[in-house]
Amino acid sequence: MFFTYFGQYLLLLRSVFKRPEKWKIYWKEIILEMNEIGIGSLGLIMIISSFIGAVMTMQIAFQLVSDLIPTSVIGQINRDSNILELGPTISALVLMGKVGSSISSQIGSMRVTEQIDALEIMGINAPGYLILPKIIAGVVMIPALVVVAIGCAITGGLVGGALSGAVTPADYIMGITDSFNGFTVSVAMVKAVVFGFIITSVPAYKGFYVRGGALEVGQASTRAVVIGCISILAADYVITAMML
Amino acid sequence: MIVVQDIHKSFGSNHVLRGIDATFEPGKISLIIGGSGSGKSTLLKCMVGLHAPDRGKILYQGQDFTRLDFESRIPIRKEIGMLFQNSALFDSMTVEQNITFPLEMFTEMSRTEKVDRANFCLERVNLAGRNKLYPAELSGGMKKRVGIARAISMSPKYLFVDEPNSGLDPETSILIDELIAELTQEYQCTTVVVTHDMNSVMGIGDYILFLYKGQKWWEGSNKEIAHTDVEELNNFVFASPFMKVAKEQF
Repeated sequence: MFFTYFGQYLLLLRSVFKRPEKWKIYWKEIILEMNEIGIGSLGLIMIISSFIGAVMTMQIAFQLVSDLIPTSVIGQINRDSNILELGPTISALVLMGKVGSSISSQIGSMRVTEQIDALEIMGINAPGYLILPKIIAGVVMIPALVVVAIGCAITGGLVGGALSGAVTPADYIMGITDSFNGFTVSVAMVKAVVFGFIITSVPAYKGFYVRGGALEVGQASTRAVVIGCISILAADYVITAMML
Repeated sequence: MIVVQDIHKSFGSNHVLRGIDATFEPGKISLIIGGSGSGKSTLLKCMVGLHAPDRGKILYQGQDFTRLDFESRIPIRKEIGMLFQNSALFDSMTVEQNITFPLEMFTEMSRTEKVDRANFCLERVNLAGRNKLYPAELSGGMKKRVGIARAISMSPKYLFVDEPNSGLDPETSILIDELIAELTQEYQCTTVVVTHDMNSVMGIGDYILFLYKGQKWWEGSNKEIAHTDVEELNNFVFASPFMKVAKEQF
């Protein structure tokens, strides 16, 4: 069963990446999707990341009870945890819920109301027209959101540490600037690009092949989020194992 | 002209179409009628390429549509206009954008030319000035008319209509039927309509194909249908007491 669905997913992707009928129209759709996925999710990502950063600082401080360890280590751990894992993965899981369910229900609704049939009868490559702009927008905008998330989480850690008294701003800043390895950012960006692809393509696939009515569209949306989240976590493990 | 030859289609063990043969001529309105599950919508979907038939040919001007790949079908598809049962208008687009969408995709018309064409199509379906409305702001009858306007935007040679009168009041149904008849004459297109509506059958059916259990059971004109002695067809067409009385008058 898994291979049937995976094969169907790959065949859909093959149709998605066919040459567009008219780039001008696709370009307009890409800009709209970038706005929807990127700007539309910015506020949510900033709020969640800031709180995660603040909470992380307090929890690291709670666990570092030894006087032998300088408090600046809190900033260092917070930075690396956010760049390598929390920034890309938590953002991706949140975006899977927000963006993924929206994509699945949007395309699913078009399927059950025959709008996709209308596109196909006109001679338009429906997978390409509907899904390609979303994938391109996701692959471009989700890494940008992850960069914002990492920035907000580190800043949130600074504020949270100062407000709770867990670490002084000076020590925290010393920690985040100390022994920084730029490769961790590369790992984060690779994860973000892969997650961006999953967040857009998996729900699009579930929506594209939905059959039935409103109930099935809702069910497909839920399944898309569940499968997408599991795929993100599996991809997270594979990328981490390969790159670190 | 569209010629359908020996079309078979199954979904799993359900053999929906069992060897349909028919010829749909230009400038005429061909109606496909039949009870629920008789295969009429499946036949229409096979004809427009939404379903692949298991066997048989669908010839557009002699060219077998079933043997063409997606790219090779595009020239024929540009000549097809279709009105769906629920209109299938793009929710995120205005009326004008819905009508100009195929023009944007397949023509090099300027913005002004596209808007002019949209205005012409809207006037043709008596919806002039409704360009900026969204589908959610339209009534059922208006949606059908916008669907027709979109279908004729590329001046189709083949017009397919799926249940044009479903969900409409009798007066609006007649208006839609008249519009389909006028457009068929105007564009001399091959019009194929799937319907349950007996007013349409009697009013605009130049050629009627009656399907029963996936087979062609009867074919003829709306004049011949009143005098047929095919039991299944009579049971279908003259099912209501009103139609039984009407038949006596013919």
